[in-house]
Amino acid sequence: MYDLLITPFVDYVFLQRALAGCVLLCISSGPVGVFLMLRRMSLTGDALAHGILPGAAVAFLFFGLELAPMTIGGLAAGLLLAMLAGAVSRLTLQKEDASLAAFYLISLSAGVLIVSMHGSNVDLMHILFGSVLALNDQALTLIAGIFVVSTVGLALFWRGLVAECLDPLFFRSVSRLGTPIHFAFLFMVVLNLVGGFQALGTLLSVGLMMLPAASARFWVNRVGPMCALAILFGIVSSVAGLLLSYHAALPSGPAIILFCGGIYVLSILASPRGLAVTYGRRTRPHRAT
Amino acid sequence: MSQHARHCDHAAQTEARDDAALRFRDLTLGYGDHAAVHHLDGTIARGALMAIVGANGSGKSTLLKAVAGVLRPMSGRIERSSGLRVAYLAQQSEIDRSFPARVLDLVSLGLWPKRGLLGRFRGEDRIAIATALSAVGLEGFSDRPIDSLSGGQLQRALFARVLLQDADVILLDEPFNAIDAKTVRDLVSLIHRWHGERRTVVAVMHDLALVRETFPETLLLARRAVAWGETAKSLSAENLLKARNFAEAFDDSAPWCEPQRA
Repeated sequence: MYDLLITPFVDYVFLQRALAGCVLLCISSGPVGVFLMLRRMSLTGDALAHGILPGAAVAFLFFGLELAPMTIGGLAAGLLLAMLAGAVSRLTLQKEDASLAAFYLISLSAGVLIVSMHGSNVDLMHILFGSVLALNDQALTLIAGIFVVSTVGLALFWRGLVAECLDPLFFRSVSRLGTPIHFAFLFMVVLNLVGGFQALGTLLSVGLMMLPAASARFWVNRVGPMCALAILFGIVSSVAGLLLSYHAALPSGPAIILFCGGIYVLSILASPRGLAVTYGRRTRPHRAT
Repeated sequence: MSQHARHCDHAAQTEARDDAALRFRDLTLGYGDHAAVHHLDGTIARGALMAIVGANGSGKSTLLKAVAGVLRPMSGRIERSSGLRVAYLAQQSEIDRSFPARVLDLVSLGLWPKRGLLGRFRGEDRIAIATALSAVGLEGFSDRPIDSLSGGQLQRALFARVLLQDADVILLDEPFNAIDAKTVRDLVSLIHRWHGERRTVVAVMHDLALVRETFPETLLLARRAVAWGETAKSLSAENLLKARNFAEAFDDSAPWCEPQRA
């Protein structure tokens, strides 16, 4: 048992780095995912994750697989997409979700084409699915930095984020912070996705953010515990995924996200708010007036 | 045009009183380029207890939103006496009831004006929350999730939040919509308490009987002030008929409002 679960992390530095990177990402992106979900912005997270791709791809075109340029490129593209989607929904008839879907399809195709112009299929796979087993010091430092900024940001804005989700009109009547907090929050989302991009690639980084959050929603009914549980689910999935990928020689990113998905399915089936309990309960007792 | 004269009349009367809480000056409100309230003039006195009555789409909620500072006027302005604290209770449907919050979380939002984004809640705040909850008859509810509350219980919790805001002007948008009779009685007595404390209370109301027995002053709105003053006069049969005729005119978007600005 010890050999199966512990030895790999003791023996191999690359696994230690991978684990450290994943744990930091889980702690910083789990709560962000919870707020994304509670604000019904899950699709936004997905779209922003794809939006990072063209930026990272353009950087790749000029600099190759270099951390700093690809990070900056991804960050810039993600933020640009966040602004664009907001602007389009405000200035035209298009609803925000539709404009996000459009932008993310455009981003994905543009990104893949740009990478293919210059790189090989291996590069493309690296960018799309990440390489958590190849995290170097530089990448770990970046992830740690993002962890600090995001966690501190979330702690600062916590009360405002809760107020804005729960009762937006009330919040607007007592405070002008609504819009600044919204954009700061989008910034934190993009930041976490860029961090996750190093480990899991553009396609999967959103998985570590959204799946644990969506799973946690099934088990608890308060924001704080929900964030804690999302972090825990993420870390458990990361450990399990890394072990699976090590022992079975499978790609680690998808293995981690599949474990997140497994917890999600389990939550649907077995949790207090999932199918097992609500099945057969025909009318929900609340909302009597 | 007689219409315009009437509410100007009203404005002239009330401006004579010096302690106005709110003053509307040629106020036009709306969304996009569509006006929902036209050229409103008038004054709400400090300590007034006033109902806003009108058909659906007559601009009642829009007016309340503008006073709350949530909606910016298209033209004209709202003058607030300086340092005025305003509490705004929107219609219940604006709240995300699926949000994982407890009654305590919802009610303690009322401390925002005092504590803001970062201020820590202190012992006195906890006492204030407990006092507010017991004033609305929700002792022992603080840990209940909000999605387990009935409509009446939720409205009680929201009134507790208003209590915590400790505001000079209290704006209530259809506070008794789909609420049980017992809760209505309890909350009306809270409104009387606020009135006794010289707070200004303005409520959008549907139930005319309740308006007649509770609110001394009424604004009858049909995108413009049909009548504004003593409730019995505002809600006369003649005025109600006039308001109804205006309400029917909303449907065909005929420009019955004389274009005052180019």
